[in-house]
Amino acid sequence: MTTTKPLTVALVGNPNAGKSTLFNALSGLRQRVGNYPGVTVEMKKGQFESAGTTFDLIDLPGTYSLAARSPDEMVAVDLLLGRRPEEPRPDVVVSIVDATNLDRHLYLTSQLLDLGEPVVVAVNMTDTAAAQGIRIDYEALARELGVPVVPLQANKGVGLDALTRTILTTAGTEPPRGPTFPVEFEKEVAALQAELGGAVPGVLVRRLLLDVGGYVEQWLVGTHGDGLKTQLAEARGRLAAAGCAVPGVEARTRFGWVRHAVAAAVTKPAVRPVTWTDRIDKVLTHRVWGTLVFFALMFGVFQALFVGAEPLMNRIEEGFGFIGKAVEGVMPSGPLRSLIVDGVIGGVGGVIVFLPQIMILFGFVAVLEDCGYMARAAFLMDRLMSKCGLSGKSFIPMLSSVACAIPGIMSTRVIENRRDRLATILVAPLMSCSARLPVYSLLTAAFLPVRSDDHPDGYAWWVPGVVLFAMYMIGFVTAPLVALLLKRTLLRGATPVFVMELPAYKRPTLRAVVRRMVEAGWAFVRRAGTVIFAAMVLIWAALYFPTADPNGVPYEDRLQLIEQKKADAEARLVELPAEPEDARKEAEEAVAAADAERNAVNGEWKRNSYLGRVGHALEPVVAPLGWDWRIGTAALASFPAREVIVGMLGMLYDVGEDTGEDGTALQEAMRKEWAGGPGGKYPVPVALSIMVFVALCMQCVSTLAVMRRETGSWRWPAFTFVYMTGLAYVGALVTFQVGRLVADAMG
Amino acid sequence: MPTLADLHPGQSAVVVSLAGDPALVQRLYELGLFEGEAVEVLALAPLGDPVEVRVGNSRLSLRKAEAANVTVSTP
Repeated sequence: MTTTKPLTVALVGNPNAGKSTLFNALSGLRQRVGNYPGVTVEMKKGQFESAGTTFDLIDLPGTYSLAARSPDEMVAVDLLLGRRPEEPRPDVVVSIVDATNLDRHLYLTSQLLDLGEPVVVAVNMTDTAAAQGIRIDYEALARELGVPVVPLQANKGVGLDALTRTILTTAGTEPPRGPTFPVEFEKEVAALQAELGGAVPGVLVRRLLLDVGGYVEQWLVGTHGDGLKTQLAEARGRLAAAGCAVPGVEARTRFGWVRHAVAAAVTKPAVRPVTWTDRIDKVLTHRVWGTLVFFALMFGVFQALFVGAEPLMNRIEEGFGFIGKAVEGVMPSGPLRSLIVDGVIGGVGGVIVFLPQIMILFGFVAVLEDCGYMARAAFLMDRLMSKCGLSGKSFIPMLSSVACAIPGIMSTRVIENRRDRLATILVAPLMSCSARLPVYSLLTAAFLPVRSDDHPDGYAWWVPGVVLFAMYMIGFVTAPLVALLLKRTLLRGATPVFVMELPAYKRPTLRAVVRRMVEAGWAFVRRAGTVIFAAMVLIWAALYFPTADPNGVPYEDRLQLIEQKKADAEARLVELPAEPEDARKEAEEAVAAADAERNAVNGEWKRNSYLGRVGHALEPVVAPLGWDWRIGTAALASFPAREVIVGMLGMLYDVGEDTGEDGTALQEAMRKEWAGGPGGKYPVPVALSIMVFVALCMQCVSTLAVMRRETGSWRWPAFTFVYMTGLAYVGALVTFQVGRLVADAMG
Repeated sequence: MPTLADLHPGQSAVVVSLAGDPALVQRLYELGLFEGEAVEVLALAPLGDPVEVRVGNSRLSLRKAEAANVTVSTP
């Protein structure tokens, strides 16, 4: 243990400079995520000890420059300047740069030199540079830049000791000085500084002048009034007249300085060698081959999410079912047992069941991003997505949402533009996820069966396929339309810059991929889990209470009696000889009668529960959809998780929770109950109306919880819930009313 | 004068000037695309937009509308 004060070190670099690799290599598993109020960025913080000193490491988001354009980008700048209350001002700033692209990466370094803090330059990927024939004289580079320079191979852990030693010796030294700007520029900075006073650090005054319409300008014009705006315009006008127009003056000054340093320290081969990236890109960004590879890859991802995750999810469901049964066996019946079995175990299972899909998708995202393909995918799909006001980066989140919106929404982090990211998050749940599939297939099988010996009045062989296709199309068509609408109304704003770097291809490391998968899974369980769990328990309570029928007899007692009767009949069945048949038949009928009676009591319980009463009260609201109050109650009960709607319908129609593969029993029960109402006359429009409702409705509390986590407030999940429920209601209404007219016309 | 949006894959040029939205110009500068730099168009996306260009040792993807702000001179 040490008694000295820990050293705060900030890691800054361009995206793909290897910043996260360095951060993970230095801090190992001692990491946590720092959140900042009012913004959606997260920064990782890690800790390690070396030479008796504790290092507090902050990993800033990858950036090309300190020119902040949004509150999110400003957090990084404020953090570096010690202007955030949550973090101390960094003692040392580590600028990590790519050895194969020093000319560009050192631009950011030159901005960091203006912060007035000691800087260490870590030159990463020196092995790749050497392979390309780039030779770097590190001493000369350090001399030219005026700060210590450390060569590094972060992915192999080479140079880490030298880096920590250099950070230690650099802490507390005189801050370096960056490139010199033209005198005209410095004069304007001095004038503005005098105007604004000492509260605004010099580096921000420079950004105010340089970043036209940037965040610093918005902020200071907001606090100092429009007078500052006029002043700025005049100053920029004078600079343009003097041949130092912003922002060009910054690029010229900094790149001139960088060129000079690089010329003195770096020797490059005269002819640029053909790299692996050149060769791979010839195929992967090719109009034909690139597109083919892309779709093949997406098919693979989709298949893995859809099919690969299923056995794991089934295993998890079985496991929780088994635990539930085991607990049921050892506990006396009553509210506590039901809370633990249906509420707690069911609730935890409802959270854990999403983990396979989240981890599989994040495994793919990590591989695609780390190897550099993600940017190519965005490049290939950009034009298509631009038609709905988004960019290519929204494609993978949207596609993943066809499997499950939760990993899809979590993967929108690759979208830097806040509005695009929000629009993608808000429409992702419209894509038909895998939880909707069982609802579609069961209702289709029950109400639109294919013509066969069992169903002489069934439909043509292609009807179920077309219905299923139509349900998926609802999502594929509605999501882009809503996105476009949002981008034109609520999320309207200046067209963002879509320029994007296509990084050099790299081999992803298994370690980094596994780390991302585990992080994503853990983040989901920890942040979303509690909300999902609470909702599950809530809906359990709404369906469980009151626990006694109107005569005051507890349902549990009635069920126990029925179970006893069934057990007696079964015992009789075992003892009875094969003859006479009548006696056996009687016992068998007694078993079946007990089952039916149990289903009836369960149905009565649900119907009389608080939720059932609400469903009853809502009957006038759902009547225009062709629904009776039972369907309304089932829809209500499945708001936390849509997949329960089928089981819930089964229970409410007294056929039990397990409705079987083809749902014949449910269909018969529903038809019988519907005989007097609209469903009796129009069973198919009603079934379609339920399906359309499920296709468009936000019946997934997990998605809402993840949305809240990713957007930082309840505002957006609430908005999504309202608009999707409205859309679902209108969609179901139109489906039933049109279906009814069609059915009437067809006689 | 042609712009970066007019070039075909395989064509090279030198950047003459940048215009348009200050945020876009600034981002292009930050990515190393500025006056006097050599650029090469590497590929066009399947629907003809965006374009992939190389500048220095970086590869960038620009939408055509953005590339049209970059005036270039071809040899």
